[in-house]
Amino acid sequence: MAANAHEHKSHTGLIWKVFGILSVITIVEVILGIVKPDFLYLTKIFGTSPLNIIFLVLTIVKAYYITWFFMHMNDETKSLRRSVVWTAVFLIIYLATLLLIEGSYINDVLAPLVKWNY
Amino acid sequence: MEATVSKETNGKTWSGGSNKPLGTSYGKMMMWFFILSDALTFSGFLAAYGLMRFKFIESWPIADEVFTHFPFLHGVHAPMYYVALMTFILIFSSVTMVLAVDAGHQMKKGKVTFYMLLTIIGGLIFLGSQAWEWKNFIGGSYGAVELNDGKIVQFVDASGHQIELDKFVVSSHSERTQLSRDKGIWFMKESSLPPFSIEEVMTGFKANPDITIRLEKINPATKTKTIVPRAEAMKYLNETKAVIKGANLQVNEYGKPLFADFFFFITGFHGFHVFSGVIINIIIFFNVILGTYERRGHYEMVEKVGLYWHFVDLVWVFVFTFFYLV
Repeated sequence: MAANAHEHKSHTGLIWKVFGILSVITIVEVILGIVKPDFLYLTKIFGTSPLNIIFLVLTIVKAYYITWFFMHMNDETKSLRRSVVWTAVFLIIYLATLLLIEGSYINDVLAPLVKWNY
Repeated sequence: MEATVSKETNGKTWSGGSNKPLGTSYGKMMMWFFILSDALTFSGFLAAYGLMRFKFIESWPIADEVFTHFPFLHGVHAPMYYVALMTFILIFSSVTMVLAVDAGHQMKKGKVTFYMLLTIIGGLIFLGSQAWEWKNFIGGSYGAVELNDGKIVQFVDASGHQIELDKFVVSSHSERTQLSRDKGIWFMKESSLPPFSIEEVMTGFKANPDITIRLEKINPATKTKTIVPRAEAMKYLNETKAVIKGANLQVNEYGKPLFADFFFFITGFHGFHVFSGVIINIIIFFNVILGTYERRGHYEMVEKVGLYWHFVDLVWVFVFTFFYLV
């Protein structure tokens, strides 16, 4: 708990471990982003490519490590943690879902009207 | 008044006794809720970007073809490497920040000072890197032409790779000069002139039989831009409205101007957060040196600015994913 500043012992081991995890995830992302294996990039699952799903999951994992261990969300009370994290997660998923569905609907309507041959 | 922080009342700015709602101090909780609202702002931007991207899913620029520069490697196609480097710089400055917070918990002033300094340097390097990234994007790499209906047409060589305008267009040294305020009516000016005129590009295109054009339209089977056979290329080029080099808020040689708009707006807004983070870090850094927190008895202020700094890193993780990876 952050309540008493003097009881704190060093967490440098944990910090470097988290740094290692974040680095490995970033390196994996970059390698996948450069190589773009066809079986992940050109196939389709849940309306997008498996590669995009992998990127999204890895991003959320990174966000988790940053929030929990760098921002010390882990040490906050459950009530603070929930009031911040649940609010954000709910509203962001809500907004993103609506806008992305709307976007692909506009595309369905608009794309056939776009002229590509002259 | 609670707002005036003195040595005695510090950390107890909640009214009504020493009760701490949600088990945290006033400042830290306010920082958390500020971060929450800021996170929602950023997700609003990124979701709007997603909306536009889905709307133009069949013709959106491919990030790998846009961000291909790396310092000291001129002309080398190096997608992702530079932005990966920027990501590492920011993650590392996050690490030094959390080390400063950790040292603050143990009341080690020297270590806090050192790690804060590293964090500030990391932030400045990141800002410089972002400026360089913007410079490349604004300057452009190949050049393209815009058609009357706003579509972008790029030029490719026989192997299907993009080719720079300079490679096949010869300048005829015409007398055209840029209109600026001192040359015409005071309110009339134009942005910098493209390197070549339309006629020069057409002449160059006709003189080089190997070159053909590429449309914005993405072939869904291969996820590459559609290449038009040379025999049909002139039908598109007859519609040319302007020659474009680089990107700004109005035109974008890589494709949709919206891509450039969102890129400038979101990375700019993030960059501004990094900038203000660096400024706040510098203020806290000097407070640490002056011993303000040593006298206060705790380094919670470092923790609070640390929260903000990590949030900036957190946002970058998402910007990185949505602009460069996905």
